[in-house]
Amino acid sequence: MIRLEKRRSISKLWTTLTPIIAVFLTMVFGGLMFGLLLGDLASAFGAIKLIFWDPLFDENFASYSRPQLLVKAGPIILIAIGLSIGFKAGIWNIGAEGQYILGAIFGASVALGLFPHESIFIFPAMILAGALGGFIWALIPAVLKVYFKTNEILVSLMLVYVAENILASVSQGLLRNPDGMGLPGSRNLKNYPSAHNSEIIANSGMHWGVLTAFLSVILAYFLFLKHQKGYEIRISGEAPKAAYFAGINPSKTIIFCMGMSGLLAGMAGLFEVAGPAGQITMSFNSGYGFTAIIVAFLGRLDPLGILLAGLLMALTYIGGEIAQLMLGLPGASIQLLQGMLLFFLLATDIFTNYRIKSKGS
Amino acid sequence: MAEVLLQLNGISKSFPGVKANENISFEINSGEIHALLGENGAGKSTLVKMIYGLMQPDLGNMRLSSESFRPSEPSKARQSGIAMVFQHFSLFDALNVAENIALGMENPPKINDLSEKIENVSKSYGLPLDPKRLVGQLSAGERQRVEIIRCLLQNPKLLIMDEPTSVLTPNEVKTLFETLLRLKKEGKSILYISHKLEEIREICDFATILRNGEKVGSCIPKNTSAKQIGEMMVGKSFSSPSRENRVFGEKLLKVSNLSIHTKDFFGTSLSNINFSVHVGEILGIGGVAGNGQDELLSALSGEEKTSPSTINILNHPIGKLAPNERRDLGLRAAPEERLGHAAAPSMTLIENTLMTSHSEDIVNRWGIINFDNVTEETKDIVAEFDVRTPTLDNAAASLSGGNLQKFVIGREILKKPRVFVVNQPTWGVDAAAAAFIRQSILNLASHDSAVVVISQDLDELFEICDTFAVLTNGRLSKSYDMRNLSSEDVGLLMGGSDLDLKNS
Repeated sequence: MIRLEKRRSISKLWTTLTPIIAVFLTMVFGGLMFGLLLGDLASAFGAIKLIFWDPLFDENFASYSRPQLLVKAGPIILIAIGLSIGFKAGIWNIGAEGQYILGAIFGASVALGLFPHESIFIFPAMILAGALGGFIWALIPAVLKVYFKTNEILVSLMLVYVAENILASVSQGLLRNPDGMGLPGSRNLKNYPSAHNSEIIANSGMHWGVLTAFLSVILAYFLFLKHQKGYEIRISGEAPKAAYFAGINPSKTIIFCMGMSGLLAGMAGLFEVAGPAGQITMSFNSGYGFTAIIVAFLGRLDPLGILLAGLLMALTYIGGEIAQLMLGLPGASIQLLQGMLLFFLLATDIFTNYRIKSKGS
Repeated sequence: MAEVLLQLNGISKSFPGVKANENISFEINSGEIHALLGENGAGKSTLVKMIYGLMQPDLGNMRLSSESFRPSEPSKARQSGIAMVFQHFSLFDALNVAENIALGMENPPKINDLSEKIENVSKSYGLPLDPKRLVGQLSAGERQRVEIIRCLLQNPKLLIMDEPTSVLTPNEVKTLFETLLRLKKEGKSILYISHKLEEIREICDFATILRNGEKVGSCIPKNTSAKQIGEMMVGKSFSSPSRENRVFGEKLLKVSNLSIHTKDFFGTSLSNINFSVHVGEILGIGGVAGNGQDELLSALSGEEKTSPSTINILNHPIGKLAPNERRDLGLRAAPEERLGHAAAPSMTLIENTLMTSHSEDIVNRWGIINFDNVTEETKDIVAEFDVRTPTLDNAAASLSGGNLQKFVIGREILKKPRVFVVNQPTWGVDAAAAAFIRQSILNLASHDSAVVVISQDLDELFEICDTFAVLTNGRLSKSYDMRNLSSEDVGLLMGGSDLDLKNS
């Protein structure tokens, strides 16, 4: 008989191993699913290769896909790093999507207001405005939680829908392109050199937002390993009463965590709207704020883990598109594959807390 | 000759790196109260968990009523007639007694029938308990009754009790003992785990003593002195605490008209509390937990703020100051709940040292932590307070209760606080660790500090305190000179009456 025995302390080895095993199992079972879908099990390997390998290494796809990987992973990582700060403290900001939208609107407004002036200060001002937009939007659930004990999960989530409505409104009204012949959507910032979030290295996908995302990974490491604030965040999540005894003010922690995650999400929104998306439209946001939640957990709230998880998630997006195109796989099957990833992670997670004991009866 | 109920033969159990039990054999007779004695980490819990089916032995076997017995899970053990009352109760505050008991049953009867059964059992065993009361409103003693009745409803042959008296008042202990004797008379056996040697000598028929996972001896407690038993447990003799001098200096801590309205539904409000403590003085605050002890500690530690002048250090009002500001002024506290309040369970000892340490050499003005210095501090705590841990990177939760308590107390005492407030310093801690902790509190007081010890262990307070007051229902009695008090006086004070004695 096999039974599970609780470990006395969490296994570090398994904490690192389980995501890798989860990815492997996803490939095996995902391949099996694709094989069955295509009616030819032999094609399973091909489908998996098309998703996980070809976007990076096949000469037909790589030139397009490699830059896309960074373009897609950048905002997801940036948002997920912010979310992980709150999640470690037990503060659940589910509304990064809304903060992302508000950051984009704030940042783009600066540029659209100054158009067509050219100055090297415009882009930095846009970044600050984007950060501010996300920060303010995240502060609403934080302040409500501090003063009225509202639930930040609900409030931040509902503010996503408010943000989406604001986005719809400004893209048809306030920020609409005056030269756009009445079509919804703002001016395209790609055509406004001072405001364009251009690639730092041509054709690499590496724009300022991706750089910021990498920087945020390093800063998050520093925060959690070396800085008092990171320690305060961790202990607030691990043992709130102990944190209070240690003299840590829970209200300040809530404001800091929500504020930081909003700030990073807002910046991500700005970088996206000023770069890959180019303009404020009703649907420029592509759900990165929600995907980032999965990435934060897949990466175990660890900065390096989030970096890898973000790249992996971006890969499944890009590879998924290729697979849909080349093999005619349904889009839902790609979502299933992403779901499998989370499922297998949670399933293998049991080994970090339990060990298997086989015993004779 | 009484028949053997449970027989253990050569039980061994290892965990990675530790032999928790090695070749342990003993027998429990029907109608016997059998004591299982040992320091923390001696292997008592592991052994009992195997009897109760929470773990299985690696080697050895057990026989229950002459039949092979190897429960794979607690429900199997319960079916075979074994019940257990844990040291930490697993009850829901917001449910009433009957609902709590029903939750633990596999096929609970209708709640009204169950209530009737509970009343019957509680009457016949002298354990007064109203099935309709909310558990959150019960005292620790009453909560324990809920657990005991939950066990008795299964009509067990063997009742295991883990540290049952650690949370009880003297009167409640008496009631418990009457119940245990009644159970014994009915032929039920009891496996009684405790550190309190006097208790064991009073009630137990036979004692098995464990040390470092091995059985080191057995005795008939009534015929053996507490000192002898204690030495078997520890493997060496340990001296009882003593202090160098008792000279009081200036008034260090003064609390006046402290009232706090608790926000916690199950908490106790403090009303109009007044006391003061001098340099060199140890004030004992007695009373049963749940009478405002936690609230008093958090008012002093700064977790709960009051108007500035209600709490003063050397006439310096501190009622509004945050915990760290108070630490800077030399006031430090150690709360009762080790895991989750005094320490963060899943964090390492080093990280737990950081909890109450924030001086310049630990955290610089940019907020950057100097982990080398924190590690040094942790090393000092572990060395000077004899905290047994494999590494400094072990999680707080992996330490035994006694070792973690030594860590928590040592962390504060090594900072040489001017005022030290501690709640239940030796709760659930083995005799040797308790003696060590008490001695370090005494040493602190003799070195120019004022100490407030909140405890429900009256023996402890008599042993180390100079002055004494009782906290009942959120009110604090006057302070009395401990040397002039008898245990009867203390009983009266706990009942809420003032004594006609010279105040200290």
